[in-house]
Amino acid sequence: MNAATMRIAPEAVARALTTRRRDVKGTVFTAVLVATLVAAMAVLATLLFTVITGSLPVWRSRGVGEFVTSQMSADPEVAGIWQAFYGSLLLMGFTAVIALPTGVGAAIYLEEYASDTRFTRIVNANIRNLAGVPSIVYGLLGLAIFVKLLGGITGPDVEGRSVIAGGLTLGILVLPIVIITTAEALRAVPTSIREAAIGVGATPWQTIRHHILPVAAPGIFTGTILSLGRAFGEAAPLLLVGGITTFFSTGDSGLIETLQGRFSAMPVLVFSWSRLPQGGFRALTAALIVIMLLVLLLINGAAIYLRNRFEKGVSS
Amino acid sequence: MTTHEEMAMVLAGVPARRRRERRIRRFFFAAAATSVVISLAIVASLAGEAWTFISNVDLSALRSLGWFPRRGMYDIATLFAGTVLVAGIAMLVAAPLGMGSAVYLSEYGSPRTRRILKPVLEVLAGIPSVVLGFFALTFITPTVLKAIFGDAIAGFNMLAAGIGVGILTIPLVASITEDALRAVPRALREASYGLGASRMTTSIRVVVPAAVSGVTASLILAFSRAVGETMVVAIAAGATGGSLFSWDPLTNGQTMTAAMAALAIGSDRVRGDDYAFQSLFFLGLLLFLVTLILNVVSERFVRRVRQKY
Repeated sequence: MNAATMRIAPEAVARALTTRRRDVKGTVFTAVLVATLVAAMAVLATLLFTVITGSLPVWRSRGVGEFVTSQMSADPEVAGIWQAFYGSLLLMGFTAVIALPTGVGAAIYLEEYASDTRFTRIVNANIRNLAGVPSIVYGLLGLAIFVKLLGGITGPDVEGRSVIAGGLTLGILVLPIVIITTAEALRAVPTSIREAAIGVGATPWQTIRHHILPVAAPGIFTGTILSLGRAFGEAAPLLLVGGITTFFSTGDSGLIETLQGRFSAMPVLVFSWSRLPQGGFRALTAALIVIMLLVLLLINGAAIYLRNRFEKGVSS
Repeated sequence: MTTHEEMAMVLAGVPARRRRERRIRRFFFAAAATSVVISLAIVASLAGEAWTFISNVDLSALRSLGWFPRRGMYDIATLFAGTVLVAGIAMLVAAPLGMGSAVYLSEYGSPRTRRILKPVLEVLAGIPSVVLGFFALTFITPTVLKAIFGDAIAGFNMLAAGIGVGILTIPLVASITEDALRAVPRALREASYGLGASRMTTSIRVVVPAAVSGVTASLILAFSRAVGETMVVAIAAGATGGSLFSWDPLTNGQTMTAAMAALAIGSDRVRGDDYAFQSLFFLGLLLFLVTLILNVVSERFVRRVRQKY
């Protein structure tokens, strides 16, 4: 370093530190980042706006109750969503009955019982891979096994295209998600709680039942309810196992007959309605989507409510 | 009996309780084993019909003008081109928006912005794909794309489908990238600031390169999701009977998944001498393998991040 720069340097440094030089590149970069985030939010806002405004004619002329309770039909003037609405709720109930005990049980085994063996590692890797299998592939599984192979049991009068087949397919679809979220919740339980319970002589099951599950409950509830939300929005697998998109009668049948009967679901109806050329169905589809989003909102709300409730219960 | 053995028996507990414990353990084990059974069932159900398809269909039918299963034309290249086209467009949408959002949330945003904005992204992630299909068909195509391309674009087109799928994968890219960025130790950022680097330089030259495995993993995973996405393409890209080989994003077309959906809703319950029904499973097997490979590769990348820090 020569004498000249040594003389100038302090002044340059002082200037750099005191004057406000605009960092143009940095400002532009920040603006671009904000723009990407704003774009993502704007897409969501636009989506909600177009769907809600698109559905307004239906609410004005028909009202929510009439639309939801009317039967499905090819005539846009009178078409409602009752079978699809009822079918979606039925499928969700069935899915929950299948996936929740199995998924939570599997997670308990993997986190609380299993030692780190080759088998455990294979099961864990397998579950992660199952979570990434496209949903339509689960539809093929359902079609091959629950519809074709076991059709005589799942739906003898409807060629196997029954609520049971659909519910089992969705149950299997969400099973890996239930296992993964439950395992995460269990892993978050401090080891000291397990050690304390075992230390005073509790059996593994007593430890799980009385000490681990209560602490992990908020996480398990949130995860499993959100996975039911996922099942609620799935259309592709149901197309393959035969969700109905035209009129069919539900009638007054018993539980078993209902479960072995045909079914429809709201996402399947969105698919078929949005492809219909008649103008009237545009508004109906938008209205149907609004109802779907409301149900999803309800599901997510329930998840948050349960999480808060159980978190309070544990800390008090 | 020695006292040691007596002790051991007392400590082991009542036999009835031990049996109960074993039963419970066996139940949980069975639940865990179910997942393996499911995987085997998937492979078995796909492979059986796929084999029937391959062994009965003329191999020349796999290389023809397009995908028309009802007419015995099973050109796989058509569906591959469609799939790559849609997934590629999706990545053009999701990669910049998802990564930009992630960098902002991780490096720029205050904890408060993060608390408000992350749930919004999660809402986007929770929107069913049929809804995005409807949005692509009734808003993206007529309002956005018609304004740009005019009459050159069809009512059903691959571009709108690709954009729809891209919107669907933004949250995935954003959340995995953000996790990867936040896993980069503070010390690296502080060292960079200490050398006088600006926030932009620190983000681009230090944090993102350090998290490059995670960023790559998020992109691969998003691509895999885009390949497996069915409903957006089935609704917005339109071709149901079949499609000709084409790389044109402005016309209608099919991906592997959309072709499967089309086969499922078609009148293939009528048993003809074509192998349309079996081709469904053949496509399913291909799709299963492609997404499996992508997911495994992506997981390798994620593990690299975990090992590093």
